[in-house]
Amino acid sequence: MSFVPRRAAAVLVVGLLAAPALLPLLTAVLAWATPASEVWQHQLQYVLPRVAWNTTLLLLIVGSATALLGTGLAWLVAGHDFPGRSVFTWALLLPLAVPGYVLAVVFAGALDYAGPLQSWLRATTHAPLRLPPIRSLGGAALVLTLCLYPYVYMLARVAFESAGARALEAAQSLGLDRRAAFRKVLLPLARPAVAAGVGLVCMETLSDFGVVAALNVDTFTTAIYRAWFGMFSISAALQMAALLGLLALSGVWLERRLRGGRGFAAQRPSGDLPRQRLGGARGLAATLAATLVLLLAFLLPMAQLLAWSITHAATDLDARYWAFAARSVAIAASGALVVVAAALVLGYALRGESRPWVRGLGRFATVGYAIPGTVLAVGLFAPVAALDGWLQSALEGLFGAASPQLFLQGTLLTMFIAYLARFLAVGTGPVESGLDRIHHNLDEAAANLGVRGVARLRRVHFPLLRGSLLAAAVLVFVDLMKELPITLMTRPFGFETLAVRVFEMAAEGEWQRAALPSVLIVAAGVLPVVLLARRVTHVA
Amino acid sequence: MRIICIDNLTTMIATVARRLAALIAALSLSAVVLPAAAETLVVYSARNEQLIKPVFDAYTRETGVQVRFTTGDAAVLIERLAAEGRNSPADVLMTVDAGELWNAAERGLLRPVSSTTLAKNIPAHLRDPGNRWFGLSMRARTIAYSPARVDTAKLGTYEGLAGAEWKGRLCLRTSKKVYNQSLVATMIAALGEQKSEQVVRGWVANLATDVFANDTQLLEAIAAGQCDVGIVNTYYFGRIVKDRADFPVKLFWANQGAGGTHVNISGAGVTQHSRQTAAATRFLEWLSGGPAQAHFAAVNMEFPANPAATIDPLVQSWGPFEPSLINVAEAGRLQPAAVRLMDRAGYR
Repeated sequence: MSFVPRRAAAVLVVGLLAAPALLPLLTAVLAWATPASEVWQHQLQYVLPRVAWNTTLLLLIVGSATALLGTGLAWLVAGHDFPGRSVFTWALLLPLAVPGYVLAVVFAGALDYAGPLQSWLRATTHAPLRLPPIRSLGGAALVLTLCLYPYVYMLARVAFESAGARALEAAQSLGLDRRAAFRKVLLPLARPAVAAGVGLVCMETLSDFGVVAALNVDTFTTAIYRAWFGMFSISAALQMAALLGLLALSGVWLERRLRGGRGFAAQRPSGDLPRQRLGGARGLAATLAATLVLLLAFLLPMAQLLAWSITHAATDLDARYWAFAARSVAIAASGALVVVAAALVLGYALRGESRPWVRGLGRFATVGYAIPGTVLAVGLFAPVAALDGWLQSALEGLFGAASPQLFLQGTLLTMFIAYLARFLAVGTGPVESGLDRIHHNLDEAAANLGVRGVARLRRVHFPLLRGSLLAAAVLVFVDLMKELPITLMTRPFGFETLAVRVFEMAAEGEWQRAALPSVLIVAAGVLPVVLLARRVTHVA
Repeated sequence: MRIICIDNLTTMIATVARRLAALIAALSLSAVVLPAAAETLVVYSARNEQLIKPVFDAYTRETGVQVRFTTGDAAVLIERLAAEGRNSPADVLMTVDAGELWNAAERGLLRPVSSTTLAKNIPAHLRDPGNRWFGLSMRARTIAYSPARVDTAKLGTYEGLAGAEWKGRLCLRTSKKVYNQSLVATMIAALGEQKSEQVVRGWVANLATDVFANDTQLLEAIAAGQCDVGIVNTYYFGRIVKDRADFPVKLFWANQGAGGTHVNISGAGVTQHSRQTAAATRFLEWLSGGPAQAHFAAVNMEFPANPAATIDPLVQSWGPFEPSLINVAEAGRLQPAAVRLMDRAGYR
């Protein structure tokens, strides 16, 4: 294969993968052609200063809290032995399966003034005792941290486990004690993974609507919906979404700059990381800390959801739920496969790519994760419907009145394209941080031995990437189980999933009835998370 | 050992990929359908599945006409209609708020329907003056209070809740909810923008706590003693008292003799590009008739739009009230102004 077509092929691949994310952005940028100046003037004066401050603060808190919690727990589990460790290894991932909007509603219900905890406190103490308000920025930060930290935890743990042993050995042979070795060698080694995790967390925080709406925090996202739903200005909403995309793009760029240039490389998978046994009080403290996180983020909310579900299960639970659950799992599994495959292709297309504009195009492909799902869905839907209309006209030109009718927009094809636009970042994060850890020397060594192309991918890269690929698949899978706005807008007629069920109940504020489908989302998501999490451990 | 593992995994991925390709191919083929059978209507509905499906099923039983539908947020369904243009499969758009219908009509997505049945069944203030949409149920938004802590003699109007005596005693739902946007929009229609802004500023000053995300939380807060009065849609109250007859909150009909209680609608219109306008109109006419009306409203404890229809007994127990007769279209026309007003007044 000559050199030039290969470079052109890279452009084609990156361009194709970036297209689904670029289309809604293009729709958004085109929205600037119809200025909504009246709305903007108002937004600048009364809305944007406040939401910009809230959004920034939320990003800072959630970003740093998940970095600390996720990395801390990953190191605790990967590098130490304490009672219950083998369970926590996978159990700490469970909060991933809980949709953020559901967790927010449970927290609001349990911790507000009228909730059981505060009512009990008032009744027993007779003092004007009040918890800090849960319906607040702090409350939203807490909920987002609890449901998003597993992104960081999972990626950091894979990084520690796949590269840790050799590095730790080397550091200790140079006379560093374990703590110093962690700080000076292991942490920098895991930094791309932690950065990728925090990047995902930040993008999800930027695009979140469910949590902030349930807990009453005004952010960029709520301002977008207010302009659209409240002031009927879809153009102002799309314009703000374009800004949000720009913000995310600069964030991605910054992350790459911070990460860039450093040769993180594990020459080959090393053995198991030697774990330090934590005995007595320290072991107990470790168990308690991990239990506390799990209780707050998963066990207690699930108990509440189950209690709500049981009261409505008698009337609501019927045979259709099998179909809802089957569809959710099928969509999430096939979506995860598509997204991870695309992320892998993108990762290779960009690997060793030196042209900045092609790399930039590749970054664009991942921006969809930072745009609120509904806006992304609408932004993508318009061009697809236009294409559909154009095809339809062409068909009618050919067949006249007897021509069949196309509904491209009502098919799973559109849904998958939209999923790709939104979730490519989730697949790309782990895959790229995995690829980063494969040094180019390794490729050269393989080439010297005559191992190239697909063989190199299969025999050299795949064993090194397997953990990252599975991590990516788990993350995308659970994200798709929970996904609502895209599914809601692009699904075929009558195509109901568990998340759509949650919407049906929640749309009229029947949150307790929404608990049943929520529990099933978690239940259906837990098993794959556990199985795959265990697999990640075994192969890494 | 490792190599075997990889081979297994590769084979597995290849198998799944093949099946997926087959699935996608099958779905793409199924995307091409024959022109819709005459006996099927397609509805885009912002009213959720459990509230509409029973009514659609009843229509199918009575007439044999199938109703296919998809649900979603009204604003999203409207963008979908707009994007699909003349290729849209939708015949009817159904929402739970007049503002959305007004917006859809403004954007040319709904077509005028001339029907003496609809004109007779639905009161004039609950339908579009241009006949592009019709209210099918009425949703009253009124004052809820704690009978233990509030003397009803002190209650009267929405405007009254801005008074100093309610300082630290008022609970409100977020201004992001369209129900509050409609309330303030019709207030602008009645009182003008300046006076309305004073009222909203008064409300904000009286708040006992930050605004709530939904009416149910607000009612629970009154019951728990966090505040004494609030403004809610009556069916949220109905849902609670249906299960808890001793719930310590009561409803008060606002603005009686002073313009009437604010009402919004859940309603529908025939889409601009429907290929079966006659069938769609017949469907709306059926929905506006007595039996369908009683059913449509009762599933969510709302009020039928057709005054001749029977009202749910629990809803009836709250007593008769005088609704505001300002056309609900005004709620749509003035909604952007209401949102800006609430932003200025610091009502979040």
